[in-house]
Amino acid sequence: MTVDVRLPAAAPRSATSPLVRLRGLGRPVVLAAAAFLTLGPVVWTAWVALAPSGEGFGLSAFRDVFAQVDMVLLVWNSVLVTGLIAVGQMVTAAMAGYVFARIEFRGRELLFAVVLGTMMVPLQVTIVPVFMLIRGMGLADTLMALILPAIPTAFGTFLMRQFFLGLPGDLADAASIDGASPFRTFASVYAPLALPGMAIVGVLAFNYHWNEFFRPLILTVSEENFTLPLGLVSLQGNLGTGSMSTVLAGVVLSMLPALAVFVFGQRSLREGLTAGINK
Amino acid sequence: MVTTDLAAPKAAAPQTRRRTHRAERLLAVAFLAPTVIGMALFVLLPIVASLLLAFFRWDIITSPEFVGFDNFVDIGADPTVRVAFINTILFVVIAVTLQLAVALGLAVLLETKMPRLLASFFRSAFFFPLILSAASVSLVASYLFNQDFGLVNVILGWVGLPNVPWLTSSAGAVTVVIAVYVWQNFGFSFLLFVGGLANVPREVYEAASMDGASGWHRFTRVTLPMISPTILVASVMAIISALQIFDQPYVLTRGGPGDSTRTAVMVIFQSAFRELEFGKASAIGIVLTLIIIGATYAQFRLSRRFVFYQ
Repeated sequence: MTVDVRLPAAAPRSATSPLVRLRGLGRPVVLAAAAFLTLGPVVWTAWVALAPSGEGFGLSAFRDVFAQVDMVLLVWNSVLVTGLIAVGQMVTAAMAGYVFARIEFRGRELLFAVVLGTMMVPLQVTIVPVFMLIRGMGLADTLMALILPAIPTAFGTFLMRQFFLGLPGDLADAASIDGASPFRTFASVYAPLALPGMAIVGVLAFNYHWNEFFRPLILTVSEENFTLPLGLVSLQGNLGTGSMSTVLAGVVLSMLPALAVFVFGQRSLREGLTAGINK
Repeated sequence: MVTTDLAAPKAAAPQTRRRTHRAERLLAVAFLAPTVIGMALFVLLPIVASLLLAFFRWDIITSPEFVGFDNFVDIGADPTVRVAFINTILFVVIAVTLQLAVALGLAVLLETKMPRLLASFFRSAFFFPLILSAASVSLVASYLFNQDFGLVNVILGWVGLPNVPWLTSSAGAVTVVIAVYVWQNFGFSFLLFVGGLANVPREVYEAASMDGASGWHRFTRVTLPMISPTILVASVMAIISALQIFDQPYVLTRGGPGDSTRTAVMVIFQSAFRELEFGKASAIGIVLTLIIIGATYAQFRLSRRFVFYQ
């Protein structure tokens, strides 16, 4: 596909035009306008949640959202689901990535290609059979239904394999000369060095699953198993459009952990999202 | 393997070497098991099941009935499914074009000389929507674009423009879905372009300006060819994810008004979990996958003519 690309600020004008100076000024203005459009709605959301019309600043909308839905349960479900998926992905991806990077065996390349190939399949194709499988396992409408299928991660495995390939191989030689078993070599030499890579896998998993809507919508039925995005959407459905500030207070609360990841893990997130593309 | 070979001359007697080798194989099996078994169970098996299911009629309650290609014939004849696919493709063309244009434009503008703190503020701002949930963003948008009290119409009123039925007219609803999607996703393409632009050697620009290339000329004749590999990757990824759009139209409009914002994934969801037609849902899923594969393949074929590798 050819991509139709236009540059907003720079029009083709002759270099002597008096507009040149203005154009130089135009660039930061366009950037600032874009930043305003990006952050504006977020600020507006927080504003409405903190200052429901005519009441001045206060936490009444936050009290309301706790009164209208079981926020504590929603937050707990989201924390549990997201946390267990993130930890599960970090551990299993580190283990599989280590083997793909460091231990040779017949069929390794083929197996790795199959693992990578699963990334091409859209979630919507597998969701119907996964739903049935979950039912068959007796896990229908449980938090486990959300957690278990999300733990095996092709992208995480790929990321960790790259990470282990980047670590020096002679560490393993030194360890094995010292008589360390292969497991010891992994656990006490490589795993600690791989923590930054595991952090990227964890941050990516957190960002994706904290926000996901499609799987919880399908795999959970009772409100007691809802995660935050699903709970907030159904809260809006129940309340109608009247209590905007209540729903937006819920949205603000659901943003806070993501905000923390943004502040403390932005680098990991950026590296993870663009891993294997720009290098 | 490597370890044993290197350690062989001095430290390891043949016996220990064999023991290490066996321990290594054991470790490989144990470490791969969770990922490989998990993928077999939750990805590979479902792919096969989905392919089979597409040829059956099944409502989960009664036993499945083999119907050959009926499901595919059905979805071809179903006006809702047809409209959903047309909507999806139109959405992808418009949203991806906008997303890439905005992202590339901003990434190029960010190359301007400016204080580092300011540049990193802009980068963070454009990246920020990526960390939010599409469902929450759509909730916020449903209030912003509310016809009666939404901020967008309030602002339009200030400048004397008429009230727009954003979510209750077809054109309005489509516009909002596209706007919300692009707002949240352009940051990802932006990140890719910033990385791509950083890899363009300075000397190329210097040579171009010495040859007297102006700003626009430099952009079309130097920048675009130099980052064409990044444009390819960004457009492939953007198209794959846009073809799977669901959260925004589901939360904003539930596919309405009429079928105007119904998408392919929405009809998969509808067929499977509302109408209990699991075979039909699988068939739609397979068609969508074929479109994804086809679009990706076509892009890589086309790219041979347009992409320039250094």
